[in-house]
Amino acid sequence: MDMTHSSKIPEILKIHEADLLSEWNQELIATNTRKGLIKEAELQEECREFLKLLRIAAQSGNLSNIQALEWREVREMLSSISRSRSQKGFTPTETATFIFSFKRPLFDRLRQQLHDSAELGEEVWQATDLLDRLGLLVIEAYQKSREEVILRQQEEMMELSTPVVKLWDGILALPIIGTLDSARTQVVMESLLQKIVETGSEVAIIDITGVPTVDTLTAQHLLKTVTAARLMGADCIISGIRPQIAQTIVYLGIDLTDVTTKATLADAFLMALKRRGTTIARK
Amino acid sequence: MQKIEEMKIQSSADVVLVRQAVRQFAIEVGFGLVDQTKIVTAASELARNTLDYGGGGTVKLETLQEGGRRGLKLTFDDQGPGIPDVDMALKDGFTTGGGLGMGLGGAKRLANEFEIESVVGEGTRVIVVRWK
Repeated sequence: MDMTHSSKIPEILKIHEADLLSEWNQELIATNTRKGLIKEAELQEECREFLKLLRIAAQSGNLSNIQALEWREVREMLSSISRSRSQKGFTPTETATFIFSFKRPLFDRLRQQLHDSAELGEEVWQATDLLDRLGLLVIEAYQKSREEVILRQQEEMMELSTPVVKLWDGILALPIIGTLDSARTQVVMESLLQKIVETGSEVAIIDITGVPTVDTLTAQHLLKTVTAARLMGADCIISGIRPQIAQTIVYLGIDLTDVTTKATLADAFLMALKRRGTTIARK
Repeated sequence: MQKIEEMKIQSSADVVLVRQAVRQFAIEVGFGLVDQTKIVTAASELARNTLDYGGGGTVKLETLQEGGRRGLKLTFDDQGPGIPDVDMALKDGFTTGGGLGMGLGGAKRLANEFEIESVVGEGTRVIVVRWK
């Protein structure tokens, strides 16, 4: 006998929807430790909506595969709830409690309606299995919305951390902060080359004061950027070479003799001015 | 007090974490800024080799105390394809992966002690020690 088709859960959800809703609501309000984060009316509305969708989905008789088409609306609703909870600052536990707190009202109802203990056991198992799956779905959606935030921040950081600034007519500066990996280099190179075209600059200063470690990969990325800028007709000066970085580069055996380097951005700027035939004089 | 830590190297984000951990260890051992930078850079090269050529692996960080001197020992292990000709790999400018080909030799020059064992088909172990 296929137990899913004989389950009483769909029927109980249908007949006792109003009772289940009010009991669940009480349960949620009692366990809600973050009253400031969500309004009671909003919570009630979410419960009502969820219960309605749950009832409709359960009528299909499928209580075990929530990835099926008939559960799509429930999944979508739970995803949107998780998303808004994570934005409001709920913890994963608090978010999942939304689903898990429905267990008690549902189990109570099952106990009232079913008197055969074997049947009751089977139904409780089905109900708990279903709610656990839905709870996990909530956690997954919560996690996913957090990951999206991280991803977006990474992209924003990448954009933020590669400003190309115009220091003087024909002189650009590119202060690099953080690790210079392949993805960063790509962004750095693109924005530098773009700016060289836009401003018609002849000198670009790449400042690596904010790069904590210069290894062979970083050096290779720097050399590529310098070469690309040179192909566009701009000379590059690398500044911000600290003593410890200078020593490390020597030991690594990286050849930077083709590139003009300076200890500080100020030195590099003076040199760039000289190259353009400009001098600064104190009045 | 000896301190030991083992870390996984599975992505380029792990390489950054290894660098940070090595710097932390180097500071605890009492390295100056130059020595810190040297061992961190060597670790960066070797961690990237472990990732790119060894297909990922582990690194063990150990603080050393021998007589009056203190040091930092890093052991990189991978179960990758191994290096057929270690002498060749240590030569500057030799690369099979499109890099500058200075990493392994550079790491050797940045460290006080350098050891490499590699068996083709089994993996590679590189040990570097830097003394204060």
